[in-house]
Amino acid sequence: MGNKQTIFTDEQLDAYQDCTFFTRKEILRLHGRYHELAPHLVPMDYTNDPDVKVPLALIVNMPELKENPFRNRIVESFSEDGLGNLSFNDFVDMFSVLSEMAPRELKAIYAFKIYDFNVDNFICKEDLEKTLNKLTKEELTPEEVNLVCEKAIEESDLDGDNKLSFADFENMISRAPDFLSSLHLQHLSDTLIQNDLQSVVTGTVPPWSNSGLNVYLRDTMVVSRT
Amino acid sequence: MFASVLVRLVNTKPKGRGNNRRQAAGRRGKKVESEEEEDEDEDEPPKGRRGANRKKAGKKAQGSENEDSDGDAPKRRRGGNKKKGAKVQESDEDSEEDAKSKKNKRGAANKKQKEEQNSKDKKGDAKGKDAKGKDAKGKGKGKGKDDDKDKKKKKKKDSSSDTNSGSEEESMSEGEMARLMEEVEEKKKLIANIRNKPWRMKRRLMLLREAQQFVDKFEGALGKGKGRKLYAYKVMMMKVLMGLPYGSIPRKTVPRADQPTAMDYSVLMDFNGYCKYSVLFYGYYNNQRTIGFLKFRLPLSYLMVGIGTFAYSLMVVIRTMAKNADVGGGDGEDGEFTFAWKMFTSWDYLIGNSETADNKYASITTSFKESIVDEQENQKDENIHLRRFLRVLANFLITCSLGGSGYLIYFVVKRSQDFANMDNLSWYEKNEVEIIMSLLGLVCPPLFETIAELEDYHPRIALKWQLGRIFALFLGNLYTFLFALFDEVNAKLSLEQSNEDSIKNATIWYMKEYYANFTAYNNDTTATPPPVNPADIIRGPCWETTVGIEFVKLTVSDIQVTYLTILIGDFLRAMIVRFLNYCWCWDLEAGFPSYAEFDISGNVLGLVFNQGMIWMGSFYAPGLVGINVLRLLTSMYYQCWAVMSCNVPHERVFKASKSNNFYMGLLLLILFLSLLPVVYTIMSLPPSFDCGPFSGKPKMFDVVIEFIDLDLPSFVGTIFGYVANPGLIIPAVLLMVLAIYYLNSVSEAYQNSNNELKKKMQMARDEEKNRRNNKDSTNQVMKDLEDLLPNRSLAPPPPPENSEPSGKSPKVKPGAAANGVNLQKDVSLASANPNARGPVTRPPGPRGPGPLPGHSAPGGGPGRGRGQGPPRT
Repeated sequence: MGNKQTIFTDEQLDAYQDCTFFTRKEILRLHGRYHELAPHLVPMDYTNDPDVKVPLALIVNMPELKENPFRNRIVESFSEDGLGNLSFNDFVDMFSVLSEMAPRELKAIYAFKIYDFNVDNFICKEDLEKTLNKLTKEELTPEEVNLVCEKAIEESDLDGDNKLSFADFENMISRAPDFLSSLHLQHLSDTLIQNDLQSVVTGTVPPWSNSGLNVYLRDTMVVSRT
Repeated sequence: MFASVLVRLVNTKPKGRGNNRRQAAGRRGKKVESEEEEDEDEDEPPKGRRGANRKKAGKKAQGSENEDSDGDAPKRRRGGNKKKGAKVQESDEDSEEDAKSKKNKRGAANKKQKEEQNSKDKKGDAKGKDAKGKDAKGKGKGKGKDDDKDKKKKKKKDSSSDTNSGSEEESMSEGEMARLMEEVEEKKKLIANIRNKPWRMKRRLMLLREAQQFVDKFEGALGKGKGRKLYAYKVMMMKVLMGLPYGSIPRKTVPRADQPTAMDYSVLMDFNGYCKYSVLFYGYYNNQRTIGFLKFRLPLSYLMVGIGTFAYSLMVVIRTMAKNADVGGGDGEDGEFTFAWKMFTSWDYLIGNSETADNKYASITTSFKESIVDEQENQKDENIHLRRFLRVLANFLITCSLGGSGYLIYFVVKRSQDFANMDNLSWYEKNEVEIIMSLLGLVCPPLFETIAELEDYHPRIALKWQLGRIFALFLGNLYTFLFALFDEVNAKLSLEQSNEDSIKNATIWYMKEYYANFTAYNNDTTATPPPVNPADIIRGPCWETTVGIEFVKLTVSDIQVTYLTILIGDFLRAMIVRFLNYCWCWDLEAGFPSYAEFDISGNVLGLVFNQGMIWMGSFYAPGLVGINVLRLLTSMYYQCWAVMSCNVPHERVFKASKSNNFYMGLLLLILFLSLLPVVYTIMSLPPSFDCGPFSGKPKMFDVVIEFIDLDLPSFVGTIFGYVANPGLIIPAVLLMVLAIYYLNSVSEAYQNSNNELKKKMQMARDEEKNRRNNKDSTNQVMKDLEDLLPNRSLAPPPPPENSEPSGKSPKVKPGAAANGVNLQKDVSLASANPNARGPVTRPPGPRGPGPLPGHSAPGGGPGRGRGQGPPRT
């Protein structure tokens, strides 16, 4: 990944450290990831704050996001222009908010943004329908979808306007026991999780050396709440 | 006296090191002058070569002992005399002999030397002799053991001589060290020059090997190389903590009768033979009150560790539970946000694997469907009588099978006691108890699951029932096992009481006879006979070790069964399904056998149960902890492999989250239940008189009393006397009960006020909703009152806000959210989030289009609960 000095100045690193939940090393690693996404676009030297943006299509293909049904929304809600083009700052911001250390309030705000598909600052029924369809790969019948959405709104709509404002959303989400852990993106080092898994299974890599394993185990053991 | 020197070296580490360095440096300098350059090279001979040499020499080592001692003796004598000329003759000899024995420790002791030793031993102390005699006999054992033994023997000797001439040696430690250094250097010189010596090859190899061993051993002690720390640690451990080594006293030695078979595999697998008399079990530990110069009190610390483990575990479990209760405070009101939570928190953002993602999609879909079904079922009401009957039936069946399994185990354990008195048993008969218990553990859970189908509970509740039942099964089995075991122990104890005297008498008689024989045989009344070999002394029974063995066996068989189940039930099945699928009539993967599911709850329960066994058994078998550490480590990787390669996720998966106190509750229960038998033994059963750290005491607990009486200042004893007074204990208990009562009522009061507040919030929320929707009161009375107003029925329809199109929402500017938040806070309690920072990053813009009215949804969403739909006119 190269030398520290050539990528960021010390001040920049300090600033990033203050603004995110990452250490210097992690920021440098993130830069590495960012650079990998579009090697021809992203310069190695960031000391003079180049104005570079990586388009959504590239970011969405990162292993961390690839399988996420809300990947486009995630990227869009973190992009400054709302179209999904991420500058490095946005990129760091995204990983910072979705990191383990970010507090519940912050996560709630961005979660609200993510689930607000039509960007009207309310989660209305269409948003819920989209969410649900993405979550279930459209395997529910329209009646079921309708029922679920109505129930969800009924449960958490406090002011009776038939859509969820941020206050409603936050009130609901703050009591969810596994919200914090669910909205948590792991930035893996370089390998795809799948590769990790395969290598674990075939025994070429010791199982403790990667995080994909944890994920898989967790998914295997723990999933839903009825 | 080597050992004493070494120990002292260890004790005065900082000083010693400095000295060593200096001396070493000086000597090296000298050496470089005097020796050829070759010497330097050989200072650190290549490992491989050295090892090879040693091996070669090892083969030829046997016969050349004589030569060796001849060749070495002058040298050693010279060394000894030079440095400690002033020393008393006896100790000089002693040390010389010591050194010699050290040299010979690898080979078989030759006759001449043995004689020499024996004659010298007469002057030495008895215990050292013991060990030596043992040493000579225990040829058959592994070399490592021999080695250890020797070291310990030295230590023993040292401690005895400490008492004799402590002050004298204190001043000599410097000299001793220097002498030792010199010897090491001499040996090194020898190693370097051995190829120039005009000796036969055999002798050369022999000498080389010994010299290398010597150097290896003492270089560490003298602070060169990294061996030193390890060595120091070893010496410390042995001296301070371990007490006497294996084979030094009867309880640490395999009895003569058992010795021929003690190393047999089958015997070891039953944890008899050498295993039975090893550190693994209670019986090994000596009741010597203090060990070493630190006065390590082994019996006391044995007891304290036993009790302390329980105290610590209790504390940890309860703290975790309390923390969980704190975190999962809102857990009680699951029902409130079922759908919303599912919608927004069920996707796990960590998922990066497409297969996992697919599973997740499927599981989310099923969970949604389940919730929908639940929701629909909430309304309708089935034949409650049939269901009730089925549930009672299911519980009856399960109780029956629980009782049956308990009886089976009791029966089997009883039978095993009969078997214990018989010889030539088959493998099955020997391991019947363990096999039956494991089989029950295998068969019963699926049986329960089948029976539970009758009950038709909600899956989550069904899971808890299932877990509770399996738990009851395990626990019942364990307790039956334990009761049967204690039956046996009690029988043994009563037998022991009557036997104790006779065994002691037998021992004394045996000793007398032995000495008489000795004198008669030797015709020499002046010579003290060598002490009786510990293997020959008659021994009493040791029920603690028996209990420990049972636990260890149980654990081991549990491990075996678990591993085999995984191997056959998971791996083999997966293999068959995978590869036979190519040539089979139906789809094996999707159809009947399919892959095994990973049973998370069963595994967790297994862990809990295993932990219970550790708690219960580790008092009788301290080694159980080690075995379990190994087991857990291996099973983690093994099961991980199995999960990754041949399991599929459970079809109906449940949260085993950290905030779930259910498992912790089980853990607490089993901790408490495993505490009982152990405390019972400590407090009321008399320990075996012939083994273990508490032998000779009427109760195990007396160790503490003894400690208080002998080692603590007298006032502590009096304080304890007061504290233990019932007059003080009863009020204390009373006080605690009162405190519990008080705290309980306080928490109840809080609970009440909490509920009260919740109700208020709910009311305020409903009120708010309705006011926005129809500007109408929800309160029936108020409504009636309003209806009674004269012109109400003629009033114009509510303002057109309700019919305002909902389509405007997309146009609302970002600022509106902020508005919403503020508004919410102003008018209702329901936002319930005083610290909500919200997306209020901008100053509130101009007020949005009024209080946002709900549009009337076709399904009648807005007016929930008591609320009416918007008034129609």
